[in-house]
Amino acid sequence: MNPWGLAPAAGALLLAPLFLGVIHRTKAVFAGRAGKPLFQVYFDLATWARKGAVYSRTTTWVFRLAPLASPAASLVALLLLPQGGFRAVFSFPGDFLALIFVLSTSRFLTVVGALDTGSSFEGMGASREAAFSALAEPVLLLCLAVVAREAGQSSLSGIVGSLTGADWQRAGPALVLVAASFLAILLAENARIPVDDPTTHLELTMIHEVMILDHGGPDLALLTYGAALKLWALGALLTGLLLPGPTGPSLLGGVVFLTGMLVLAVVIGIIESTIARLRLDRVPQFLVGAGAFAVLALALVMR
Amino acid sequence: MRALLDTLMVLLTFTNLRLLGLSRINASIRTVAAQGVLLGFVALAAHAGHWNARILIVAAVGIAIKGIAFPVLLFRALRAAKIRREVEPFVGYIPSVLAGMAAFLISLWVAARLPLPGGPASDLIVPTALSTMLVGLLLIVSRKKALSQALGYLVFENGIYVFGVGVAYEAPALVEMGILLDVFVAVFVMGITVFHIAREFDSIDTTRLAALKE
Repeated sequence: MNPWGLAPAAGALLLAPLFLGVIHRTKAVFAGRAGKPLFQVYFDLATWARKGAVYSRTTTWVFRLAPLASPAASLVALLLLPQGGFRAVFSFPGDFLALIFVLSTSRFLTVVGALDTGSSFEGMGASREAAFSALAEPVLLLCLAVVAREAGQSSLSGIVGSLTGADWQRAGPALVLVAASFLAILLAENARIPVDDPTTHLELTMIHEVMILDHGGPDLALLTYGAALKLWALGALLTGLLLPGPTGPSLLGGVVFLTGMLVLAVVIGIIESTIARLRLDRVPQFLVGAGAFAVLALALVMR
Repeated sequence: MRALLDTLMVLLTFTNLRLLGLSRINASIRTVAAQGVLLGFVALAAHAGHWNARILIVAAVGIAIKGIAFPVLLFRALRAAKIRREVEPFVGYIPSVLAGMAAFLISLWVAARLPLPGGPASDLIVPTALSTMLVGLLLIVSRKKALSQALGYLVFENGIYVFGVGVAYEAPALVEMGILLDVFVAVFVMGITVFHIAREFDSIDTTRLAALKE
């Protein structure tokens, strides 16, 4: 256990909604709009937190569990995640499996909560989320396996930041493939374009948004915050894997990491502004393509 | 140089996978053109350090024919055939991509057991060449439109070219030029054939040609 790891985790708690704000602002700039304030997500969260919640009589405790599970799981994920040169609070061999497990537990509870409402729309979203995540999860695992193999470590704290310029020279193509694949999975896991459109208002095309339709007030705030934390966690993992930054806490490491996150948010914003959403039946193809990249990368590093 | 060659090989494999997942034929033609341009750079990268007029000419002519002439001919055939996408191939797009992945893995396995004189400039050349050939063959047998099959033939030829560039260092320029000319004529003829099939039968779906027998 490394108590110093709490510092970046606390930073993530503060900055995760801002990450969304940067994405929104990038999209607004591309669309030629002034856009929402950068801190709009914080205002939204504060507004929802002050409201009361309304529960349908058809729902049970399962429905109320989902909004608690989502930020809780993201919190645990943050504790397992090394960020900005700091080691994670908890690190042990194979902890990347625990990270994936925690994230999928939260998704499972969100899906079950959506099914609990008995609404056909929510059932539809739940089935889509389950189907796509079943495809996305093995790819994420493969990506992490490639990097773990390349770094020769089996703990996230060892993997992140251990890739040096020499590794990039030796296994550059494989690492680029992993990065592309990981980015695709990041977009799919966090319900971003091209897999899901976070701003859509048509229930028939929603995936993640439709599952949280019946949550209101503090519950919605918790779910949105949990989703923002998850986006931050996966983004931090991608940035950490790609940047051959200095290990150990240092000002430089933190600055490099935060710059990386900023660039990532802008990249996501650019992707969302420039490519259209995929038709739902093309999403599996997108994920299989990402999987093909990951397998290719694995074949390249195992050879 | 090895890193550059490796990158080119991965890009080639990427174009292969993209071809297997694409249904729009114009995008497929562009991908095959991109593959042709990549091949020109592969020829240059594989001989880095000892460039001579022969290599430069072969690479330049290759890029001109595969990157410019073929797309022009194929786009003309595409306009004549009045089709836009491959509809319902025999093997779907997701299974095709999976098969492409399997082809690459098999090629890696085979290449590791293939004794070659001299040793190629990069470990990835032989697997990429083999998998490109396999992908070309897969495209030929699994797609229905005559144009997609012609693209498969080109991909197959590209695979042979990679093999030649990476392994046979000193193939005479005359032979390489001869092969390029053959392929050029083949594509020319295929374009004309596609045009005639389309004009005669209002379709270039080759499965319907089976009904032609008396």
